[in-house]
Amino acid sequence: MASASGLSDGTVAVRGNRRPVARYGLRFVALGYLLVLLAAPVAMVFYRAFQHGLGPIWSALTTSEARSAIEVTLIVAISAVVLNTLFGVGTALLLVRRRFPGRHFLDVLVDLPQAVSPIVVGLALILVYGKFGFFGSWIERNGLKIIFSLPGMVLATAFVSLPLVVRSVAPVLAELGDEQEQAARTLGASSWQTFRRITLPSIRDALAYGVVLSLARSLGEYGAVTVVSGHVIGKTLTLTLFIDERLQNFDQPAAYSAAVLLAIIAMGSLLISRRFRTRSRSVA
Amino acid sequence: MSISVRHVTKRFAQFTALDDVSVDIPTGSLTALLGPSGSGKSTLLRVIAGLDTADAGTVSIEGTDATHLPPQRREVGFVFQHYAPFKHMTVYDNIAFGLTVRKAGKAETKTKVNELLELVHLEKFQTRYPDQLSGGQRQRMALARALAVEPRVLLLDEPFGALDAQVRKELRTWLRRLHDEMNVTTVIVTHDQEEAMEVADEIVVLYDGRVQQVGHPHDVYEHPVNEWVMSFLGPVTHFGSLLVRPHDLDLAHETSDGALQATVVRVTRLGFQTVVDLDVHGAPLYAQLAREATDRLTLTPGTSVYVSHARGESVPAVPGVPVPEVSVSPEVPAAPADAAPAIP
Amino acid sequence: MGLGLVTLYLSFLILIPLGAVVWKSQSDGWSAGWHQVTSPEAAAALKLTLAISAGVALFNLVMGTIIAWVLVRDEFAGKGIVELFIDLPFALPTIVAGVVLLSLYGPRSPAHVDIAFTRTAITVALLFVTLPFVVRTVQPVLLELDRDMEAAAASLGASPFLIARRIILPNLVPAMLTGTGLAFARAIGEFGSVSLLSGNLPFHTEVSAVNIYNQIQSDNPVGAAAQSTVLLVIAFVVLFALDRLKRWGVHRG
Repeated sequence: MASASGLSDGTVAVRGNRRPVARYGLRFVALGYLLVLLAAPVAMVFYRAFQHGLGPIWSALTTSEARSAIEVTLIVAISAVVLNTLFGVGTALLLVRRRFPGRHFLDVLVDLPQAVSPIVVGLALILVYGKFGFFGSWIERNGLKIIFSLPGMVLATAFVSLPLVVRSVAPVLAELGDEQEQAARTLGASSWQTFRRITLPSIRDALAYGVVLSLARSLGEYGAVTVVSGHVIGKTLTLTLFIDERLQNFDQPAAYSAAVLLAIIAMGSLLISRRFRTRSRSVA
Repeated sequence: MSISVRHVTKRFAQFTALDDVSVDIPTGSLTALLGPSGSGKSTLLRVIAGLDTADAGTVSIEGTDATHLPPQRREVGFVFQHYAPFKHMTVYDNIAFGLTVRKAGKAETKTKVNELLELVHLEKFQTRYPDQLSGGQRQRMALARALAVEPRVLLLDEPFGALDAQVRKELRTWLRRLHDEMNVTTVIVTHDQEEAMEVADEIVVLYDGRVQQVGHPHDVYEHPVNEWVMSFLGPVTHFGSLLVRPHDLDLAHETSDGALQATVVRVTRLGFQTVVDLDVHGAPLYAQLAREATDRLTLTPGTSVYVSHARGESVPAVPGVPVPEVSVSPEVPAAPADAAPAIP
Repeated sequence: MGLGLVTLYLSFLILIPLGAVVWKSQSDGWSAGWHQVTSPEAAAALKLTLAISAGVALFNLVMGTIIAWVLVRDEFAGKGIVELFIDLPFALPTIVAGVVLLSLYGPRSPAHVDIAFTRTAITVALLFVTLPFVVRTVQPVLLELDRDMEAAAASLGASPFLIARRIILPNLVPAMLTGTGLAFARAIGEFGSVSLLSGNLPFHTEVSAVNIYNQIQSDNPVGAAAQSTVLLVIAFVVLFALDRLKRWGVHRG
C-alpha cells in the first residue's frame, strides 16, 4: 500500500539519502547482466540473419520444407490453443465458481506442466498413446495414429501450454465475483446464456491475454514435440524442429532465418499480451 | 519555539501543495494542523519530518536548521495513518526497533520497551504480530514505537483516521492524557474539526496550501478570519450577505434592528434543540435554537417570523465559496474532555 | 457435467501419461528401474544437472532480486523496454534460445568467446531460460510494499542500507524463494537450449533431459521412465515446499 498521505512522494527517506554510488552500482550490475545475457546475443542473431538483407531469409523460408514446417506449426499450435482455451475457461470456471472435493488437487494439477521437463512430456505421451503404450493397441485397431503424427504433437503442445489460459482467466473471474451472474439467473437466463452474455464479455481481455500467451508458447514448443514427432520432413516438422534439422545439415542460414522468425513472433506476442494484460487489470 | 517553518513551498508536478507556509509550533504544546484533503496539512507534516523535501523555505527544530537533514537525524517521532507496522516483526521488536538501530544494550532496551508496553497497555501482546492486533492496538504500538527513541517532537498523520468512531474518540482522549503526562511537543494532522477542538492547545487551519488562521480552538471557532475557516470549523448559514452560526440567531414575532423577515419552511425538534428551516426571499437559512426559545413562539410553516443575528461573529459570505448545506442533524457537541475512557 | 469433461480432459492429457511414466519405471521391477537411474552415465548426468541447476537458481536469487529492485525503484531512459523484454526467455522457443546464445558465444563468435561443448555453456543456457523467474515473483511484492514502513524506519534513525536489510528484504523473502524454486524446477528439465550449446558429451556436458532423450531414441523406455520419475519427484518436492512456504509467507505478511 503506498503512503496514505495523498500525493507525497515518500521516497525521500530511502532514496534521496542513498549514496548515488549504490544506486548506479545496482543499475550497472542489473543492466550489464541483461546486456550480456539477453540483449547482445539477441542482437547478434538478428544481425547474422539480416546480414545479407531480406532476400536470403525470404528464400530460406519459402522453400517447400520451410513452408510445410510453417503450416504444420500453425495447425498444431492453433489446435492446441483451441483445446486449451475451451478446457481452460471451463477449468477456470470450475476452480473459481464451484466447490467440490478435490478442488485443491485440480488447482495443483493445472500447474503441473510447468514443473515437467518437455522431454518427459513427450515420453509420457508415447507411453500412453504410442504403438506399445497403454492405449496403443486400441489406437492401432481403429486405424488412428497419434504418436509420430500430428495428433500426438497437438497433445504434447497442449500439455505444455495448459496452465496459461486458466491462470490468466481465473484471477479475473475471482475478482469479478459472481454477483452479476447471479443477477442474470434471477432474471431468467440459462447457464449458457449467462455465460455467453455476462461472464464471457467480462473476461474478454484476460482471455485474450491467455490465448496470446498460449499461442506463443505453442508456436515455440520444441522438447516435447521433438520426442513425439516422427521428424518426417514435410509432414511432421514444426518450425522449431525445422531449425534443428537445418542445423544438423549445416544449413545455418535457414536455421537462423527460422530462428529470427520465431524470435519476432515471440517479441510480438510479448507486446500484444502486455496490452491485453493492462486492459484486463483496469477492468477488474 | 519547538518547530519553526518559514516560507515553505512544495509542488507536486502542477499541483502546489504548500504555498509560502510559515508556522511556529510552541514547545510542549499539542498543535493540530486542520484542513480538508488537499489542504497541504499532511505534506507540511512530512516536510517537518524530512520525509518530503520542500522546494523553498526552511524548517528549524529546537533552534537547529533541519531543512537539509534526513529524517534519520531530525529526532522526530512519526506516526502514520495506517500505522506502517513492521509486519514481519513482533510487537516487541517493532517498539524496540529505534533502540536496536541505536545499538542500545539488550537490558536497556528491555526496560524501555516494557515501560512503553505498559504505557500503551500492550504488555500481553508483545510476542504477537501486527496482523494479529486490532486497529486501535496497532496504533498504540505505532505510538509506543515512535516514543521509544525519545523524540524531541512527535508528529501524527491522521493517526485515528482509519479507526471506528468509538475507538477514535477513546484514543483521542487517551492521546491528550498522554501528552499532558509526557509533555513532548506534538503536532497532529486531522481533517476532523471536532478532534482538533477537543485535543489541541492550538489549531493551525490550512486550506489550499496556505495557512488561514492560527489560534486556540475557542478563538478559531468564535472569531474565524474568513468564510473558509468559519464553515470548516462549525455549522454556518447565510444571513443576508453574511455567514453566521445558526445557533447565534434569534427568532421573534416582532422586528428589530437588522432583523430579516423570513418565512418558516420546516420545524424539526431534536431533543434539546430545534432546527428551523427558513426562507428569506428565496434564499435558505436555518436557525438552531434551544427548545425553550422555540416553545415561546408559534412557528407554523408558511408564517412569517423575524430573524436577528443576536451574538457571535460573522464573516462576509463570498459567492462561490462552498458552504455545507446542512440543516437537520447538526453536530452534536463533543463529549467533555475529562470523561474516563476504556482503552480500546 | 462440466466437471466431468474437464476431469476427463485433464486425466487423458496429464494424469494418465504422467502416471504411465512412473509405472513404466518399475515395469521391470523397482530394482531394475533403480539400476537404470544409478548407471554411470545417468548418474553423472543427474549430478551435473542438479549441481548446475542449483547454482543457477541461487545466482538468480541474487540477480533476479537486484533486477526487480532496479525495475521498481530506479528510473532511467529505456526502462520500459527492459521491463518488456525481461519476459523474452519465457516467450522464446528453447531451441531459438540456443541459437541466440550460440551466435554470440559459440564457434563463430565475433567476440571470440566460444563456450560450446563446455559446462559453462550449460550454465549460460540455464541462466538465460530462468532469467524471468525470480524477477517476476519479486517485482509485484516490491511494488506492493508499504512505503510507510520504510519512512517509519527512517524516522526511527535507520540508514537506507539498514532499511533495505531489515525492513524490505525480510518482506521479499517468500517471493524470492518461490522464484528460486520455480527457476530450479525449470532448470533441471531444460532441453532445447542446453542440448544445442553443450554438445551433450556424456559424463561431461550431458544433462538428464538429454540422457532421457537418448534413452528414448535407443529404445530403452524403462531407463528413460526411471530417470524421468526422478526428475518428476524432485520437481514435485520443490513445488510442495514452495506451497508450504507461500502459506507461511502469507501469515507473516
